Amino acid sequence: MNGSVLSARTLRNLLPALSLLVLLAAIFYLQPRAISYVGFNLMLNLAIPIAFATIAQMCVITVNDLDLSIGTYVGFVACIGATLLSGGIGALPFIKDLQASGALPATLPWIMNTPLAGVLVLLMGIGVYALLGALIHLRNLPSIVVTLGMSFVWLGLSVLVLPVPGGQAPGWIKSLMTLKTPFIPFPIIAAVVIAVAAHILIMKTSYGAVLRGAGGNPKAIERAGWSLLKVKMAMFALAGFFGMLAGLSLVGLTTSGDANIALRYTLLSIAGVILGGGEFVGGRISPIGAVIGAATLTLAGSFLSFMRIPPDWQIGAQGAILIIVLALRTLIDRAEKRR
Amino acid sequence: MNAEPGFIRRLVAKPWLWAYVAAAAVWLVTILFTGGRGGGEVLTAAFTFATFSVIVGIGQLYVVTLGPGNVDLSIPATITLAGAVATKVMDTQDGLILVGLIVALACGVAVGCFNYALIIILRIPPIIATLSSSFLIQSTAIAYGRGIRIKPPAALADFTTAQVLGMPVLALCVIALAAVMEIVLRRTVYGRWVTAIGQNMRAARLAGVNVGRTRFTAYVMSAVFAGLCGYLLSGFSGGSSLSMGEEYLLTSIALVVIGGSSVAGGYSNVPGLWGAALFLFLVVTMLNTYGFGAGLRYLSTGLIIIAVIVAASARKATR
Repeated sequence: MNGSVLSARTLRNLLPALSLLVLLAAIFYLQPRAISYVGFNLMLNLAIPIAFATIAQMCVITVNDLDLSIGTYVGFVACIGATLLSGGIGALPFIKDLQASGALPATLPWIMNTPLAGVLVLLMGIGVYALLGALIHLRNLPSIVVTLGMSFVWLGLSVLVLPVPGGQAPGWIKSLMTLKTPFIPFPIIAAVVIAVAAHILIMKTSYGAVLRGAGGNPKAIERAGWSLLKVKMAMFALAGFFGMLAGLSLVGLTTSGDANIALRYTLLSIAGVILGGGEFVGGRISPIGAVIGAATLTLAGSFLSFMRIPPDWQIGAQGAILIIVLALRTLIDRAEKRR
Repeated sequence: MNAEPGFIRRLVAKPWLWAYVAAAAVWLVTILFTGGRGGGEVLTAAFTFATFSVIVGIGQLYVVTLGPGNVDLSIPATITLAGAVATKVMDTQDGLILVGLIVALACGVAVGCFNYALIIILRIPPIIATLSSSFLIQSTAIAYGRGIRIKPPAALADFTTAQVLGMPVLALCVIALAAVMEIVLRRTVYGRWVTAIGQNMRAARLAGVNVGRTRFTAYVMSAVFAGLCGYLLSGFSGGSSLSMGEEYLLTSIALVVIGGSSVAGGYSNVPGLWGAALFLFLVVTMLNTYGFGAGLRYLSTGLIIIAVIVAASARKATR
């Protein structure tokens, strides 16, 4: 009896990986050449930013909140990456306009061209996330509404930085994102590194247990002497950090910035967390599952193109995968209860 | 003499009052810039555009009232789908206006039933259920509406843009609709059930409330209102487009919050939706009038939403 319960739980834990394998097998069946070095590079490239965004969303979901602003935040980071981080303040379109009109000299002092400006702004972005966590905790605010407001704030800032799509990603990010690693394609290595790093950080360290505990039983964590305020700030700051990595890796792939570049990431990241076995409340999450979930959602697009189904259905396929996996999970749960 | 302070005190205690006060203040500031000219036109435009967000806002409000975690994320996709299907069915013929309306509402009923089936059968939080169904609906709408740009029937376009003394006819209809939905929320057994579930689902169930049927109706209602919005919007904007629902996800939630309803459910009011919708539109108009660009407009909209929710929490804390 003990064994059967265990197997149901194992099955449940393996579900994200199994769904990814099924999808890969289907792709291999349709187009064997896709399962190759070049194929994986092409299919999984965009999985890296989505995986980062999913991990960011997971951090927020861990403490029973939801981030509806992650998509526009990723877009904001991409805009900063394509301007301030590559050419300093001098790379901003409105400074260039001033130069063209003669209000500013053609050559700017170094302080106007240093990428440090970009680093500062990105750090401030993480700081804003930490402050949001504090605000939500102290005033007991619904995170959906606060982050809803923030989504407008990030979008507005992106439009101010980059009114029309453009800019240029820093060379080092571009070359990192198109790295030709030996034998194993870069996206796979990156995904494994992201998953393992997040897993160690949140599942294996002792403070990580406190962070997850704050989602499961906040009172107990508080009685044990931990500050819930600090926990929330830490989790939101982590979300800001991973969101920043998502934006930077995305701009490395697209090479130019756009305020609307990542609007779909908000919903995709929530879907990725749930697909990877995370739960909405109670601090039950899985970083490895989240990365697998992100990869599954990304591969859904490739699967459709191999099936010769028009890309119109890509979002629909992602929704269908989500529903199927959730249905399987419910079935497993019911089987577990019956025994 | 005594009745008046009591009346004012009762009015001030209404959570929806502040949305109207803010809307009026923003309108005055806008008029100040133009020296009083164009005030009427600004109001007409505000009522025109607020109408569409209030329609979906009502549905979202009923869903949010059901309690924490209840929110309908499939509204934008439903708007797009209903708009696309209705314009195609009507095929610019005035005679088919009613058929188009029925088809749009039927889209809503189907979406609502699907949403609720996912919530119940898969036992997943409504956010996830409506999120995954919105993916499917959006895809269907894209695949169905790809490449077609059919004009709405002339009669429908005329109706959605008609005005009486500077007041959009559609806005008058939706004001009446909001009034009816407020009465339903406050005075009918169904409305009291929705509120009771939001305050304490377990207590409501023990008190004999049919929780399942009440929630089901709320989700179907939300989707039906989204369908109605899609139908009217495609008539108003000269046909359906694939992105026409996009902005209504955030707007519908923002209306509920700014209108003074509790996001945690159980305490809602319909009048606030109109105040909030007018306020949001007038803010954009004001910033436009003062020459602010799109970036600053987004930025201030976001900051206003956050300020309102922080202020609302302060009100609760002092009580």
